[in-house]
Amino acid sequence: MEAIVQPTAAIWKVLETVCDPEVPVLTIVDLGIVRDVQISEKGAVVTITPTYSSCPAMDVIRIQIKMALAEAGIKDVEIKQVLSPAWTTDWMSEEGKKKLNAYGIAPPQYKVKDNTTVEDTHPPCPQCKSADTRLVSEFGSTACKALFQCNDCLEPFDYFKCH
Amino acid sequence: MSQTMIQYEGRIAQIVQEDPMLQFLLYAGDNALITGHRCSEWCGHGPILEQDIAISNIALDYIGAARNFYQLASTRIQQKDASLEVTEDTLAYLRDAWDFKNLLLAELPNGDWAQTTLRVYFISSFQWLFYQELIKSTDTDLAAIAEKTLKEVKYHLRWSREWVIRLGDGTEESANRLRQALTFLWPFTGEAFKEASYETAASSTTNIQLANLHESWKQELQEVFAEAGLEVPTQQAFQTGGKTGKHTEYLGYILAEMQFLQRAYPGASW
Repeated sequence: MEAIVQPTAAIWKVLETVCDPEVPVLTIVDLGIVRDVQISEKGAVVTITPTYSSCPAMDVIRIQIKMALAEAGIKDVEIKQVLSPAWTTDWMSEEGKKKLNAYGIAPPQYKVKDNTTVEDTHPPCPQCKSADTRLVSEFGSTACKALFQCNDCLEPFDYFKCH
Repeated sequence: MSQTMIQYEGRIAQIVQEDPMLQFLLYAGDNALITGHRCSEWCGHGPILEQDIAISNIALDYIGAARNFYQLASTRIQQKDASLEVTEDTLAYLRDAWDFKNLLLAELPNGDWAQTTLRVYFISSFQWLFYQELIKSTDTDLAAIAEKTLKEVKYHLRWSREWVIRLGDGTEESANRLRQALTFLWPFTGEAFKEASYETAASSTTNIQLANLHESWKQELQEVFAEAGLEVPTQQAFQTGGKTGKHTEYLGYILAEMQFLQRAYPGASW
């Protein structure tokens, strides 16, 4: 098979169309899980890192990357997984945080190095913007989220935890 | 299914037997898998919805960590003999009880909520110390898994510590339940700190010195138990065997449930 050589920028552009299956408003680039893109004589090498060890979305994401690149004509693709440095919400793009909030999920409020616990966090309500919110459960619908409720509009909402 | 079932026995078992580092990877992976399996038994049965979600998430973290260890172990087994088709699934689904190296503490039944959360506390407080050393391992693949897992163990420890304090410092009933759980679990808490031969042989690579960890662990316990109104037992925690494949009968039941599908329908996938 003949390897198709594309500049890495074109691959990044395709990766920007691949969405997280659990949080479909975010692309894998917004999430910060694409660590590297290289071109070798054998094809493209995309290096990704999981958000949480247990994230079931990773297997789906691998398939989606291959499919998206295949559609763009890039067929020889190797997907590598690295664990170190460990993924952190600090890598989420500002654009990604805005998209999350518009989607109804409060984005991470701090940098991980600030060492703020979920209990001490009061993410503003993504619906009514009120700052008066309370933690319902430190664990939410997926490993990366906690469940909050707004004390003003009473809507429950997900918060993407600092990790 | 036309796919041949890859048996763990024979060549694969032999390669593991000859390599302390592989045994260490399985030990770490088995601890995570069996603890994760026990936590997953609460899925749909938690005392309240939030705690059901919490313990199911914790179960997932553990199983994710187990996958990382098994993937690394299977890659390395294949590096030794490329003709072997060994994957993470071979290691999780096709080994028998005597091949598992998890701590006995991990396989004990869940009991009530006090026993469950106290077990998670014992295991995560041990792992919090264990992974902090493993991060400094000269084996960079192992250090990377430790770095990833440590971030998750931090949550498990905080969650289970809070439950131990809440139950111990709660009602008469909750304190009673916690004391009963402690009586049952305590004899099994020493095994983590007793070195198996593969741990000794791999210690220059893993950077794990169990005697040092034991001291730090006792200190952690003193602080949390004081807040929970519990006495740290003075009797010997004498139960051992899991690390070398001598298990309680509980493990067999876990494996029967977990492995049934792969053994009845080899190679089955969703």
